[in-house]
Amino acid sequence: MLKKTVFAGFGGQGVLMMGYVLAFSAMRDGLQVTYLPSYGAEVRGGTANCTVVVSDEEIASPVSSSPDFAVVLNRPSMMKYQGVMTSGGIMILNSSLVDVDPSRKDLDVVKVPANDIAAELGSDRTLNMIMLGAFVAKTGISSVDSVMNGLGEIVKGKNARIMELNRKGLERGAAYALREQKVSR
Amino acid sequence: MSEKVLMRGTHVVAEAAVRAGCRFYAGYPITPQNELPEYMSDAMARLEDGTFIQAESELAAINMVIGASIAGARAMTSSSSPGISLKQEGFSFLAAQELPAVIVNIMRGSPGLGNIAPSQGDYFQATRGGGHGDYRSIVLAPASGQEMADLTRKAFDYADRYRIPVMILADGMMGQMMEPVLLPESIDPRKLPPKPWILNGAKGRPSRVIKSLLLDPSVEEAHNWKLVRKHEMIGREISDAETDLMDDARIAVIAYGTAARIAKGAIKRVRETGLKVGLLRPVTLWPFPEKVFRGLDESVENFLVFEMSTGQMLEDVKLSLAGRGEVHFYGRPGGPIPTPDEVAKVISRLYHRQKL
Repeated sequence: MLKKTVFAGFGGQGVLMMGYVLAFSAMRDGLQVTYLPSYGAEVRGGTANCTVVVSDEEIASPVSSSPDFAVVLNRPSMMKYQGVMTSGGIMILNSSLVDVDPSRKDLDVVKVPANDIAAELGSDRTLNMIMLGAFVAKTGISSVDSVMNGLGEIVKGKNARIMELNRKGLERGAAYALREQKVSR
Repeated sequence: MSEKVLMRGTHVVAEAAVRAGCRFYAGYPITPQNELPEYMSDAMARLEDGTFIQAESELAAINMVIGASIAGARAMTSSSSPGISLKQEGFSFLAAQELPAVIVNIMRGSPGLGNIAPSQGDYFQATRGGGHGDYRSIVLAPASGQEMADLTRKAFDYADRYRIPVMILADGMMGQMMEPVLLPESIDPRKLPPKPWILNGAKGRPSRVIKSLLLDPSVEEAHNWKLVRKHEMIGREISDAETDLMDDARIAVIAYGTAARIAKGAIKRVRETGLKVGLLRPVTLWPFPEKVFRGLDESVENFLVFEMSTGQMLEDVKLSLAGRGEVHFYGRPGGPIPTPDEVAKVISRLYHRQKL
């Protein structure tokens, strides 16, 4: 098993954190991981992205020619990554901000109105965890429990209320993705 | 057993340095290595005997490292390409005075100010000395998070053992990428072997002199030859390379650092289509692992050097092969990160063109 995932969106949407939480959690699950963030001047106010590779064997290249999965938080990122994704790849799309569909018809697209769900939860900052929850539920690459444990270790010392919000975000995202899957079948 | 951590390359180097007993860091900010001094500023402040200095310039930083080294400390500085250029004079002085120090270069797109993307354009500068005069520095090229840690430990050990500057030559991708790393155990610097040459006050012993001004040409000549003998010993003792899938290979891809990781991905792809291709990855760029090249099976007649530059290590490969086989080159200078797919296509084309 070797899966390459791109996380992409605006700087400030929690894109890099989302990728880091996945990579850290997968590492704790005993898998090989690489996490490669975009860095530099383009991050502020522009797009941010990171590539996470998860595998059960040694990872040769942390650079992805054609990601298997993409978690896309804004329209420019959707436009950028739909063209390079592998055929049959899964795209988790923040449909609150992206109002057009990818032109590629060979992708499995899950639309999650993440900003709307975040607003319901009362905190925009849960946006990334909602998307991550949907992502792990849809792809099975990790689990909500693993990710929750990983997050708990990463943000040690953060207050319980924030952890509770994040947990709710992960669960709502996961539930949404699973429900979508049922409807489409 | 301690647990693996997930840290970016620059932080891994910094933490590994502290664990190797580094107690003095001086540097001046430049992207894409700023997380290294950032980490050091915190780590040194937590130590009773640690010193972190954000110097007023690169030149000041390297001269502070010279001072710390003369006083016996395990000392380090770091920068990225343009900043490393500014430190070259200091490297020459370190080498001349036979002072141990560790220098980290997280290379970026160049020449000039260039950009902040990963690149491997500083190979010549690193392996040919960079500063003036007849000298060499040990150059280590990590290709994973784990090697960022392990080679940092080795860098300090080599620097002390041979009294020579050691450079860790990585790039923006190695610096920014995170991989699970098992950090080495901490060394107490007070328990390191004593250095009988340092300047620490001449109470009760004859005074010592450390200098690079050798006005008598015959004395300078003798000193140069002394350094050469040391360099030859280092060449015999520490040159290192990784070979992968070379047993049946018809093409050997030669790459180091980030390029080697991308090459590995490319080789995996072409192997799936039945092409017999292997990897030779120099870990020490100086001394260059010539022995590994000479030990290659005669059946390998095609060599593809792949660098994120216009072709620098290429020259060392040609020197090591001494006219044997055909040497090909693929390079991506200036900062773009080539993909494994792209390199796989280059390998396939070569494979078929050579009718292998």
